[in-house]
Amino acid sequence: MQKYSIFNLIKNAFSNHENWDLAWKDPTPKKEYDVVIIGGGGHGLATAYYLAKEHNITNVAIIEKGWIGGGNIGRNTTIIRSNYMHDDNALFSEFGMDLWRRMSQDLNYNVMFSPRGIINLAHSDAQMNTYARRGNSMRLNGIDAELLSREQVKEIIPMADFSENVRFPIFGGLMQPSAGTARHDAVAWGYARQADSMGVDIIQNCEVTGFDISGGKVEGVRTSRGNIKVKKIGLCVAGSTNILADKLNINLPVETHLLQACVSEPVKPVLDRVVTFGAGHFYISQSDKGEMVMGGDLDGYNSYAQRGNLPTLQHVLTEGIAMMPFLSKLKMLRTWGGIMDMSMDGSPIIDKTHIEGLYLNCGWCYGGFKATPASGWTFAHTIAQNRVHELNAGYSLNRFHTGHLLDEKGLGTKTWIS
Amino acid sequence: MLHIKCPHCGMRSQNEFSYGGDASVKRPELNKEISDQDWDNFVYYRKSLRGKHWELWQHLSGCRQWIKVERDTATHEIFKTHKASEDIS
Repeated sequence: MQKYSIFNLIKNAFSNHENWDLAWKDPTPKKEYDVVIIGGGGHGLATAYYLAKEHNITNVAIIEKGWIGGGNIGRNTTIIRSNYMHDDNALFSEFGMDLWRRMSQDLNYNVMFSPRGIINLAHSDAQMNTYARRGNSMRLNGIDAELLSREQVKEIIPMADFSENVRFPIFGGLMQPSAGTARHDAVAWGYARQADSMGVDIIQNCEVTGFDISGGKVEGVRTSRGNIKVKKIGLCVAGSTNILADKLNINLPVETHLLQACVSEPVKPVLDRVVTFGAGHFYISQSDKGEMVMGGDLDGYNSYAQRGNLPTLQHVLTEGIAMMPFLSKLKMLRTWGGIMDMSMDGSPIIDKTHIEGLYLNCGWCYGGFKATPASGWTFAHTIAQNRVHELNAGYSLNRFHTGHLLDEKGLGTKTWIS
Repeated sequence: MLHIKCPHCGMRSQNEFSYGGDASVKRPELNKEISDQDWDNFVYYRKSLRGKHWELWQHLSGCRQWIKVERDTATHEIFKTHKASEDIS
């Protein structure tokens, strides 16, 4: 594999950039693999990369129904953070933050990680108290957190609505300075390129049609491009988890819902942080191209549509305009939707299953993108060692039975209420 | 936008309704031997498949009645609506 560097860039300029290697190959599936990862999204690609890099398991195939990076890794709002209160979520995400900081060097691919900080706005005294508590919990876990006063917030984001006579005045906020954004597509491509270079087969346009399970053990997987013998399968399919679980005759504490996002027309730099509205569900950042990247609530009913309806978008943008009135002057450039694997307590599942050789990675709700490296790292460990790592021990499937839920927001099992 | 035909009020816009989830989930019967697994299934486990899906909606800004709706989760097409008391086929 050619290294991406300034020298290679100059060298290839002399041949009009026509002689670069392909970033990854397009192999036909082999008859047998050591591990098959189903789902060529961020988490699947990262899992294959860490299987090869950390555990030296390279006889691996990634099977993807469409094309790699075509699902939620290409549809999210690119926010990376670890501002969680519960230990399991905080330690897992902070481990991920460390991988994010090194990712561009590690993958030899510029993922444009931009630790610009995230500010959660507070709109009441009670919310300030809650944020103080969350910030303290974060600090106890070694994560940076700063409680900001109204004046401090005003200094950082003067374009927010600080007038006195508003329904949700800004009381202050909680900031995680090390949080930020990254270029989402580059994450998928970077992992794919490195995984491929270490011998992983990335097989696109290949749909899983069934599983061969015998005596409670994984024997193989059936696909639209032939049957594959394999002893270990990692399921990494986000919004399609329930569809594949149905083929395996298992039920999961997961529902599939639709989440929309949108970008405005590009404007000059105005916002250099990620900001979330505290009185509803709305978040915003500005991309390097100048577009305001925005998102908010789920559409609110089970959906596989990958496109949303207007009432939710209107509701979300109303919140945005309440927070930053200048947004009302912008034109909408693009809206889109992705399907979320909403778990029943809002936290993910990375675990073994009752079927030997079947491993599960799902339930990421809104937070899948930021978790990409940590999810891949811990899932690779779980598959390679056939046991969970302490970082993902809390993300067990069994917790819904034992009651050890990780309900960060305290919402209960109504996943569509956000 | 979805248009949902309330069996009590007729065709109304989605804005008047609030969602209540999978209508096929049944609470375990009282006064019977109930396993933990039954409770798990009732509280947490869902099929959530692509295609036809029976679900509960409440006509919150209308008659306030709960209703059952059969909707396609991929196309959003609505096939049937029932009163909450009616059994789904």
